[in-house]
Amino acid sequence: MRGALDRLGRTGRFLWSAWSGLAALALLAALWQVGHEAYGDFILPTPLATLQAALDALSRPVTWDIALLTTGRALKGFVAAGLAGGAVGLAAGYSPATLRLARPLVTVLLGVPPIAWIVLAMIWFGSTDGTVAVTILVAASPVVFVGVAEGVMSRDRGLDAMARAFGAGGWKRLTTLSLRHVAAHLFPALVLALGSAFKVAVMAELLANVGGIGGELAKSRANLDVAGALAWVLIAVAALIAVEYGVVHPVRAEFERWRTAAQPWGVKR
Amino acid sequence: MNAATTPLELARVGHAYFGRTVLDRIDLAVGSSEVVALVGPSGCGKSTLVHVAAGIVEPLRGSVRRGYGRHAMVFQEPRLLPWATARDNIAYPLRIAGMRRGERQACAEAAAARVSFDAADLGKYPVELSGGMRQRVAIARALAVEPDFLFFDEPFTALDVALKRRMQDLVIEAARAARFAALFVTHDLIEAARIAHRIVVLDANGNGIAGQRPLPGEPGLRDDRAVFETVQRFLREDPLFRHIHDVDERKLA
Repeated sequence: MRGALDRLGRTGRFLWSAWSGLAALALLAALWQVGHEAYGDFILPTPLATLQAALDALSRPVTWDIALLTTGRALKGFVAAGLAGGAVGLAAGYSPATLRLARPLVTVLLGVPPIAWIVLAMIWFGSTDGTVAVTILVAASPVVFVGVAEGVMSRDRGLDAMARAFGAGGWKRLTTLSLRHVAAHLFPALVLALGSAFKVAVMAELLANVGGIGGELAKSRANLDVAGALAWVLIAVAALIAVEYGVVHPVRAEFERWRTAAQPWGVKR
Repeated sequence: MNAATTPLELARVGHAYFGRTVLDRIDLAVGSSEVVALVGPSGCGKSTLVHVAAGIVEPLRGSVRRGYGRHAMVFQEPRLLPWATARDNIAYPLRIAGMRRGERQACAEAAAARVSFDAADLGKYPVELSGGMRQRVAIARALAVEPDFLFFDEPFTALDVALKRRMQDLVIEAARAARFAALFVTHDLIEAARIAHRIVVLDANGNGIAGQRPLPGEPGLRDDRAVFETVQRFLREDPLFRHIHDVDERKLA
């Protein structure tokens, strides 16, 4: 009962904090409006007009299918990147030799621009979902890898010794201590990876011509339809925000309750 | 002492870190329900010895024979899981042992009561607790597994004098009630003289046991004057304790 109330309270606080987020977005809209008044309707339509265009688009079911297609692709790539980066990161954190081998590879992966991967993937896989998935995997997994490896390496050896003193084997120590510690490093990396998954998904769609939001953006460009393009950008950002604040942040809050407990009152609200 | 009933026996134990020998030729036995205080100057290898005895560190030489059922350990720092509440921290060893959730929470609450940890604070995280309360949680965590043997690695060094005394009383009380044997590492002779049945002095270079002295009376029944006089006698007259307050900073790990 008390636990449920506590959870309700935290959910309420989480929702209430949306006001500050909304304030930041309103500030962005104000700057946008200034840009519109300086450069005119053709270069930059007003934020309200863009919002209207986005809402009009969303009233058509086909828009939802397109947005869901892109979101699905981004999520597929994100999950693949999370699993691959997480597994290799875990191995590297525990084995210095693996880390030494993996570090330069990560630098190489990060150094190659995503656009180059799209070109390569298009040659290898053609204009298919595979192109999008591979590009996201390559672009997003290094961040997760670095986060997890850092997490494992920075684990508290004192806690490890404590668990050993109480008879914990390697597997128990991994599941009860290390993974829990890694989670703290994993979530910021996941937020970054999710953002780049959406960005890369739209970019890959645009270049590989496989539909989705990227495909619609390509059409808007061909028609010089700035309002349409901005509306699609808005929809892509909304999809990212929905996934980040609907899935990643609630899961993170569940893991990081102790951190909130340590925060002073002013930071908490 | 009968070998079959000796809970802990170290024979010719030696250990080295990166080729530098920190312990050599250590023979030590702890009897059942006996609390042995292990003292020695800073950096002489006390900590390493208790880690070896508790099985956290594998000794390079010699053997450790454990005749007890279950052991637990209290460290110098509380070493609590920052992401778990006090209750879950106390229950952590039971979780390792595979006990069911409801059952281990009940055990944790009982252990918290034994160290007078306020039940209202059981839902708090370590960051919300004071240093003394954290160490109380660490002791409750050790008692929760109902150990036959307890290892203490300078557990109260970081606490102030009054708090230290309260914690010592807690350990004395628990040892009398549960009749566990214990190896208590400390560099505080007063603490050793209050808690233990016997004081063992480690050689300043970790080169064997320098000697040992039985303590008169029973822990918990000695009054402060007797404890003070015992310690004064050790420091003034007994050559065994001559180097006890020497500090070799280089060796502090």
